[in-house]
Amino acid sequence: MTERTDISRYAVRLGDDALILGHRVSEWTSRAPFLEEDLAVTNVALDYVGRARMFYQYAAELEGGDTTEDTFAYTRDARAFTNLLLCELPRGDFAHSVVRQFFYDAYALPMLQALKGSYDDRLAAIAAKAEKESTYHLRRGREWMLRLGDGTEESHARMQAAVDELWGYTHELFEVDELEQRLIDSGIAVDPRLFQHDWHDNVAGVLREATLSLPEADWSIRGGRTGHHTEYLGYLLAELQFMQRAYPGLKW
Amino acid sequence: MTDNVVALPSEEQFQARIDAEEKIEPKDWMPEKYRQTLIRQISQHAHSEVIGEQPEGNWISRAPTLERKAILLAKVQDEAGHGLYLYSAAETLGITREELIDRLHKGTSKYASIFNYPSITWADIGAIGWLVDSAAIVNQVSLQNTSYGPYARAMVRICKEESFHQRQGYHIMMTLMEGSDEQKAMAQDSVNRWWWPALMMFGPHDGESAHSAQNMKWKIKRRANDDLRQQFVDQAVQQAHAIGLEVPDPDLKWNEERGHYDFGAIDWAEFERVVSGNGPCNRQRLAHHVKAHEEGAWVREAMAAYDAKRRARKANVA
Repeated sequence: MTERTDISRYAVRLGDDALILGHRVSEWTSRAPFLEEDLAVTNVALDYVGRARMFYQYAAELEGGDTTEDTFAYTRDARAFTNLLLCELPRGDFAHSVVRQFFYDAYALPMLQALKGSYDDRLAAIAAKAEKESTYHLRRGREWMLRLGDGTEESHARMQAAVDELWGYTHELFEVDELEQRLIDSGIAVDPRLFQHDWHDNVAGVLREATLSLPEADWSIRGGRTGHHTEYLGYLLAELQFMQRAYPGLKW
Repeated sequence: MTDNVVALPSEEQFQARIDAEEKIEPKDWMPEKYRQTLIRQISQHAHSEVIGEQPEGNWISRAPTLERKAILLAKVQDEAGHGLYLYSAAETLGITREELIDRLHKGTSKYASIFNYPSITWADIGAIGWLVDSAAIVNQVSLQNTSYGPYARAMVRICKEESFHQRQGYHIMMTLMEGSDEQKAMAQDSVNRWWWPALMMFGPHDGESAHSAQNMKWKIKRRANDDLRQQFVDQAVQQAHAIGLEVPDPDLKWNEERGHYDFGAIDWAEFERVVSGNGPCNRQRLAHHVKAHEEGAWVREAMAAYDAKRRARKANVA
């Protein structure tokens, strides 16, 4: 039964990444640089919220009782959220959002491809569905990296600033704690270290093509998986959870 | 092919085609005033879809459940898509999207005035979906037969999606009315605020509408404002009562003889006030759109620069 709890916690992590990133992406709705992009970002946000729901629903089933997908999204405080810090950072300018999304999607796609082979059938099924979306997200992200990196002087400067500012949050993507190690050992979770080099090569290649430089900075920030978040998350949750906090226990 | 004499197109021939229920297509001859009227109407419709993203988008981050959040995102995405079809339809009349957006920002092109009201509570998302989208559907169904082909076809696509939106909005209201006293009060308060603006969406009485008669003759408009408004009232009142909502109109009464609801006088002074810029959100809505557009300028410039570079590279290779 320990494993059941482990799987639930793992599913919640993946759900948290999706929900928090989806929330940030949705902040672009009605604010994108042009209408087609407004449609596209809203669609990506919807994909991520949908993905969060699939992971949370599975975790809720594993936990049983009155737990639902909304229990995870709406009733936990910041310390209980286990998303990667990269996902919760403010949307910033469009360059920040493009770079964040590209870094994350370049991680999410191989992660989901590996998760399809999980011994846990349900996680494998969710991964199969999400993989299709991530393939599209990554293709889109790559195009934006090239256009904006190799666009104008201004767009190039904005993109390089975003790359430099977000780079220190990417190390956390490839770290594994005891929980994940146990699940990796039993063939359920994905070991992100296996595709860390590919991620690095892929990102470095796209940066090069986009005429952007790979940061040499040696700083890094971590803590999302253990609930050590940035100050930004609390405000995000205050907004996201407003209704359930103001009117607890009702149906909507 | 048998006749070498090409008749000059004329207003009479154009009207004959309209009378025969033929669709006018982009390359067909049309009176300049017909073209300008359509540009005005279609662009106003497109802007309404896009500006309408704001009051609804206002609740995406705060939707009360994940399911509601997903539905709302899908709905707002649809609205943006409707905006796109409609801008495309307007562009077939020989105007660019940039010009249309410029007119919006300068205030020479309008959007549906109802979006100048704020979405203050979650129930407003229900009321907008139910009342505002219902009113829009009643109007848009009648426009599926409008005389300009691209506009008529855009309406057919849009109506399909709007009826899904309308059901979702009503479902939010229904759920609130099955809930706590606070939720019921929230729903009723929302209907109290949105009811009259929804009725105003159909525009002035036909006798007082500046464009009605000519637009009916050209079949740009297919049904009178007052007819459409009556149809909306008849259906919305029944839907309200079915879930225990009151309609904020002391004069509302079923008229057996007419087979319709009689309803109170619309406050046209309020309508004029909001249309002319003094609604609660006029300045906010426009400023929001202008800000997004201006902040996106560097992105659009970068895209154009990148495309130019790529074309130049291709040309060099070739």
